[in-house]
Amino acid sequence: MSYTIIVFVKQVPDTQNITGQAMKPDGTVNRQALPAIFNPEDLNALELALQLKDRYQAKVTVATMGPPAAAEVLRNALFRGADDAVLLTDRAFAGADTLATSYALSKCASKIGKFDLILCGRQAIDGDTAQVGPQIAEKLKLPQISYVEEVLELTETSVKARRAIEGGYEILESPTPALFTVVDANEPRPENAIRIMKYKKAKTKSELAASKTSTYVGGESVAEDLETKAAKGLLIREWSAADVEADPGRIGFAGSPTKVKQIQSVVLTAGDYKAVEATEAGVSNLIHELIEDHTLG
Amino acid sequence: MSEQIGNVWVFIEQEGGKIADVSLELVSKGTELAAKLGVSVEAVLLGSNVGNCCDTLFQYGCKKVYLADDPRLEPFTVLPFAKVIMDLIKEYKPNILLFGATMKGRELAPRVASEKLAGLTADCTDLRIDDFDDKVNKKFYKNKLMQIRPAFGGNIIATIVNTWDDPQMVTVREGVMKMVEPDPSAKGEVVKVDVALTAEETVVKVIERMRQDKTVNLKGAQIIVAGGYGVGSAENFKLIRELAQVLGGEVGASRAAVDAGWIDHDHQVGQTGVTVRPKLYIACGISGSVQHCAGMSDSKKIIAINTDPAAPIFSVAHYGIVGDLNQVIPMMIKAYKAKA
Repeated sequence: MSYTIIVFVKQVPDTQNITGQAMKPDGTVNRQALPAIFNPEDLNALELALQLKDRYQAKVTVATMGPPAAAEVLRNALFRGADDAVLLTDRAFAGADTLATSYALSKCASKIGKFDLILCGRQAIDGDTAQVGPQIAEKLKLPQISYVEEVLELTETSVKARRAIEGGYEILESPTPALFTVVDANEPRPENAIRIMKYKKAKTKSELAASKTSTYVGGESVAEDLETKAAKGLLIREWSAADVEADPGRIGFAGSPTKVKQIQSVVLTAGDYKAVEATEAGVSNLIHELIEDHTLG
Repeated sequence: MSEQIGNVWVFIEQEGGKIADVSLELVSKGTELAAKLGVSVEAVLLGSNVGNCCDTLFQYGCKKVYLADDPRLEPFTVLPFAKVIMDLIKEYKPNILLFGATMKGRELAPRVASEKLAGLTADCTDLRIDDFDDKVNKKFYKNKLMQIRPAFGGNIIATIVNTWDDPQMVTVREGVMKMVEPDPSAKGEVVKVDVALTAEETVVKVIERMRQDKTVNLKGAQIIVAGGYGVGSAENFKLIRELAQVLGGEVGASRAAVDAGWIDHDHQVGQTGVTVRPKLYIACGISGSVQHCAGMSDSKKIIAINTDPAAPIFSVAHYGIVGDLNQVIPMMIKAYKAKA
């Protein structure tokens, strides 16, 4: 028995290391100035899938929704051990909130076909909502286990996992197929040198077309090249909204009930500021002042 | 147009019959929103043998409690909870539904929102009622819930509006809404809910469960002494603990110190930890990332101790001490012991 595991990943701006240059003069964030990275907890989800692949036999398909450049995280997943990759990309997906995103990804999962598990990172660092995983589960009518740390057992019909709860943990058993959201509880394996050599040539259709127009050398057409790539397992499948039969009214901006009314940059100010000397006298005066105004009892 | 709008609902989180603070914070906030809309605040309470929670909910402002009491609802699992709440939404059509942004709330709310095809905003830090003029779609919405949350790693604050059908759903961070004083004489109505679950919703079984109540009470602390990466080691946290103990406060920490393994996550203050607003917050060796400041900048008095005069923590501090915490903290202990 071989299992099929889908891992949904996201390419995100590195919001945890925002530098001065990344803020525009009007106080908004300049996404272009931020490095695009593999969402950290999605790497944990991928690692969990690869551990299952090591333990049982499993085919790991990694998929993402994003702009054409998001193929980068798919290649990275192939470098680490994923078997194949799907890029869901279409201008019609733009402006999606979590409801529209989870709908699109659920359609993507259905097109990938039969699977035993879907793994997602708990949340992405650009929005921190943790909503897309549970919403994909609901769309596909799957049981969900959130905050998974470890899979204890996978069988043809069920899965047993340990997950974090507030102040402790639980061991849950669920029938498969099921969806997990995964927390930062494992150490994602690094990219494998041999796999890099092979999969750096893995491309999407758009990437192949772009390379043809910019550095045209050989005589073969994109179509021929696609076939060759596919035969070698080096084609990253690229699907549009139509390819996954997504209802246009439920994706992108149109399919998103939440609208952003206003964005403000965070300006932190304390009002009064007093510099205190790092001396016995300075500190003593400060403590005296805090006792006087009843801050300290 | 005088269409009757629904009430404001709060999902009540409880563990062993003890209501989570965040739920009472939301009942308090919900009361304010409901008053603005001319409706009432109501609680949705699920569990097994939890009827004794109802009086507390009335005291905090609930006019009605929808009580789903059933052994299959203990311990908490997502699918049956989502089903019961969904059935209630269909029957009573609330206008607003508030969840705590706890681990439970953050896995339950999206499941419900997805099925209802409702918008959901995560981790709100403020809520307001206001009109929304959607210029893009040329529509005007009266009395909508303004859902205010930090985004992009805490670097921006976004106001989100749900323009689709009700309920307008949000999860709200723990500790950011103020709890009202309970009114011991307040009464309300209990609506017993028939719990209709099918095999489909009870497929996930809890085989083992281990949990302990938190031993750290950061939210209730009047004084917090917090250490960051500048503390340098787990060993050095002794100094932070000592100052906290002398001043009668709790020990807090930045994410960097928690990630370094020097102190337990229960102590973490900030966007991925607890939001606090004590009388006094002493930040020791904390650089002051926006994520950390988001969780403590409402403290009444903030003292920052850092060797780096350019550390952002100084921009939220009321008192800044540029210096080595290993020297400054003993001075503070000595000065306090001498004065108090």
